[in-house]
Amino acid sequence: MKEIIWHGRGGQGAFTAARLLGEAYSLRENTFVLAFPSFGPERRGAPIRAFTKLDEKPIGNRSEISKADYSIFLDDTLFNKQAFDELKPDGKILLNTKAEIDDERVITIDGDSIAEKYLGLPITNTILLGALAAVSGFISIDDLTEAVKQSMPPRLHEKNIAAVKAAYEEAGK
Amino acid sequence: MARQFLSGNEAFAYGVRLARPHVISAYPITPQTIVVEKLSEFVEDGSLKSEFIHVESEHSALSCAMGASSVGARAFTATSSQGLLYMAECLPYAAGGRFPIVMMNANRSTALPWNIYGDQRDSLSQLDSGWIQAYAKDAQEALDLALMSFYIAEHKNVSTPFMANLDGFVLTHTYEVVDVPTQEQADEFLPQLKTENKMSLSNPKNLGFSAGPDTNTFFKYKEHTGLLNVKEVVTEAESRFEGIFGRHYSGLTESYKTDDADYILITLGSISGLVREIVDKLREHGEKVGLLRIRYMRPFPNEEIAQAVKNAKSIAVLEKDISFGNEGTVYTNVNSALQKSGISIPTSNYIGGLGGKNISPQEIENIFEELKQETSSVKFLGIEVR
Repeated sequence: MKEIIWHGRGGQGAFTAARLLGEAYSLRENTFVLAFPSFGPERRGAPIRAFTKLDEKPIGNRSEISKADYSIFLDDTLFNKQAFDELKPDGKILLNTKAEIDDERVITIDGDSIAEKYLGLPITNTILLGALAAVSGFISIDDLTEAVKQSMPPRLHEKNIAAVKAAYEEAGK
Repeated sequence: MARQFLSGNEAFAYGVRLARPHVISAYPITPQTIVVEKLSEFVEDGSLKSEFIHVESEHSALSCAMGASSVGARAFTATSSQGLLYMAECLPYAAGGRFPIVMMNANRSTALPWNIYGDQRDSLSQLDSGWIQAYAKDAQEALDLALMSFYIAEHKNVSTPFMANLDGFVLTHTYEVVDVPTQEQADEFLPQLKTENKMSLSNPKNLGFSAGPDTNTFFKYKEHTGLLNVKEVVTEAESRFEGIFGRHYSGLTESYKTDDADYILITLGSISGLVREIVDKLREHGEKVGLLRIRYMRPFPNEEIAQAVKNAKSIAVLEKDISFGNEGTVYTNVNSALQKSGISIPTSNYIGGLGGKNISPQEIENIFEELKQETSSVKFLGIEVR
């Protein structure tokens, strides 16, 4: 099973990303997915987490993920040393930041610049999805763009698909 | 059928749309809100032709559904927690009136302390209200239950309201892959509602009447037998369902690796998914363990439970509920089933998941480990009593 934790602040679209990833994965036959937010009242700006579990057999454990294959931070102000505690042995952190982090477990991408260019808004959820497709190998860019088409409002399709692709290329370098 | 990526609430709403209710009366409450929001969207976009009545309270929501049902309309409502308790006066009313209303309840804790998260104290507190009670384990079963619940409730041998329960958040708010049947398939499965129990100008009769001491027992006996008839109708509905949709359901309970199991954990709702994974894990280490999931709390599966656990050395009931001053209500019911069948084995009761508390894989493993000690007890997960 592949387990992904999403970190963001209320309004940054962490749960939307968790859901889009699940939807993209579910486009293939014989796939099973659970996607859910950390439950509770939602407040703009407050730290939130969301979770995606992907497998080729039914998933019975509905608990929050404690050890992830990928822990993704939409906002680098939420990133600290504790982030490494929630990784599986080969787990990676995918971090939206302009900073450089000298740790082989951390993959960084300047998602804000891509968001600025393609979306005109500091919203990086679909950008980090594109980056995940590039570095993880368990989700294809085509399935991601299809999921964006299926579940986001039509007016957001073109911009977000362009952003996903730009992030995919940037992270794949 | 179409594979869709839906939350439990959305899946249930899709199931309700396929059942084409005439009237939906609802009042929103977390974590049920999305199911009625979704249904109102369906009515708005024309994909569901229902009278959607946004009432001012849960008491009115069920009263309104009763009014609709009394003229022979198919009626749906949904609630949760405090909302269910606020409509509590109307629950036995609907059951005694034999109105086959379907209600979704998003299982949530009851105050105080205030808490919006999932446990099953709300619905289990209403076991004696005369309603059929079923508990879904995942979003697919939620959708399928939505469709089957109308068939079962409206069956002429049953004519009893149906409460379909979904664990708050962990089921209502989690997105999963769900097969959504076509309307043609749904129409083939679910006939139009036909009932003699309605107000009609051509055949006037008295509904919602008084029954004094001389006749009251008769009506209550009829109500009881209506609920007992559910068992047979569930079998019929599920066989019909499997014929059309290809998905199999197993009646009032679902057993997993219980046949040769020494230790069996009985539970209900979505936590059974985790228990199933732990059973698989322990089986790999040669441990003879099994899972029995209760799908229907009313009518209660006395025979099915006795049959499943009769060769076990010890069993436990894990439930998100406590009847204060006694024990978990599911446990009380299970013990009664065993006693009636002359089965005398140690039984333990684990109270977990209250107010949405996570139940971990390790806690499930610990329960199976403790069962080997074969002593009866009532324990709260996460509370050490010294």
